[in-house]
Amino acid sequence: MHDFALHRPRSLSEATAQFASGGEAAYLAGGHTLLPAMKSRLRMPDALVDLSGLGLSGIHREGDRLWIGAMTRHADVASGATAIPALASLAAGIGDAQVRNRGTLGGSVANNDPAADYPAAVLGLDAVVETDRATHAADDFFQGMFTTALADGEIITRIGFAIPQAAAYAKFRHPASRYAIVGVFVARFAAGWRVAVTGAGPGVFRWAEAEAALAAGQGANGVTLAADDLNSDIHAGAEYRAHLAGVMLRQAVATLA
Amino acid sequence: MQITLSINGQNHGVDAPAATLLVEALRDHLGLTGTHIGCDTSQCGACHVLLDGVAVKACTVLAAQAQGQAITTIEGLGTQQALHPMQQAFRDAHGLQCGFCTPGMVMAGLEIVRRHGTQLTPELVAHELEGNLCRCTGYMNIIKAIVAGAAAMEQSHA
Repeated sequence: MHDFALHRPRSLSEATAQFASGGEAAYLAGGHTLLPAMKSRLRMPDALVDLSGLGLSGIHREGDRLWIGAMTRHADVASGATAIPALASLAAGIGDAQVRNRGTLGGSVANNDPAADYPAAVLGLDAVVETDRATHAADDFFQGMFTTALADGEIITRIGFAIPQAAAYAKFRHPASRYAIVGVFVARFAAGWRVAVTGAGPGVFRWAEAEAALAAGQGANGVTLAADDLNSDIHAGAEYRAHLAGVMLRQAVATLA
Repeated sequence: MQITLSINGQNHGVDAPAATLLVEALRDHLGLTGTHIGCDTSQCGACHVLLDGVAVKACTVLAAQAQGQAITTIEGLGTQQALHPMQQAFRDAHGLQCGFCTPGMVMAGLEIVRRHGTQLTPELVAHELEGNLCRCTGYMNIIKAIVAGAAAMEQSHA
């Protein structure tokens, strides 16, 4: 790993000022994507700004939303997001126990890995992504592979998940990386259904046909996903992922809670 | 940069680059070579240590991030004369072959006890060990050792 300057700010304004203080900077949350990327020299920032001293962790309910601080670790979401069992269960299935003890919600969402789990919950639960300078609706936040609505230097502070009537997440995970080959998050709200798919395409996306079929009371059995724009790699081809999305959709619908 | 680490109850000063990983500080700067580096890619768990009692991968934590927290390494568990109950259980159950993964397995055992208590089933331990790899594939005895070590911790209040 190339060396860097390490900043440990105590406030958001200090953090953004340090981020902008020259050279390439990166925010350090749980570090479980960033540090491996730096070891392999995919990332070589001149400065890291450690966000752990800003008080950005915690879980609390406000009305019809469950707010989770950006620095809340996966293990704490798994045990603390009791208002949305599907979200707690998703968090409990990320990586392994030691990864869940370090990785954070905000780090995962800001990184927007196309196979990460959290983006499916953020999109499926119509979440609001609050930052130091703006509020982003989930539908506008994810913009494709590793790309989000975040401006350079913008810091996610907390994420507000709409509490659904029922929800479930089904994931077929890669046995070594534990990332999703395909993951499908299904949520039922008074206003309708939301279905978000991760792992299958270049970024998380809503599956309109599945939402329409569930809204029409037709169930998930006849729903198919076109393979045209899906990922094809050494782990799975596009046709395989398309089929798997249907299987995960039906598993999720069968376990709605 | 100057980094102060509290390891097994003692403070240690380390003068090292900010990019120094916790596992590098432990092994290369402080000679605590019980914590191993297996994969260096957050997969294998040979580098597990406890930060304030919680298991983490020391290859994916900066030494500077561990400042202010109590670090426990395999060297801090027991002595050669009086092994920690989890270490003793690995010895008794022959929970190792080459031994390379063993420090991480012992720490993972403590993490499982932290989250699930001392009454463990082999099925639970097998599931919870997903973050630790044994390339000798000696998992059966490792699982036996953790189940027995947890029960022994209950008796010894370790």
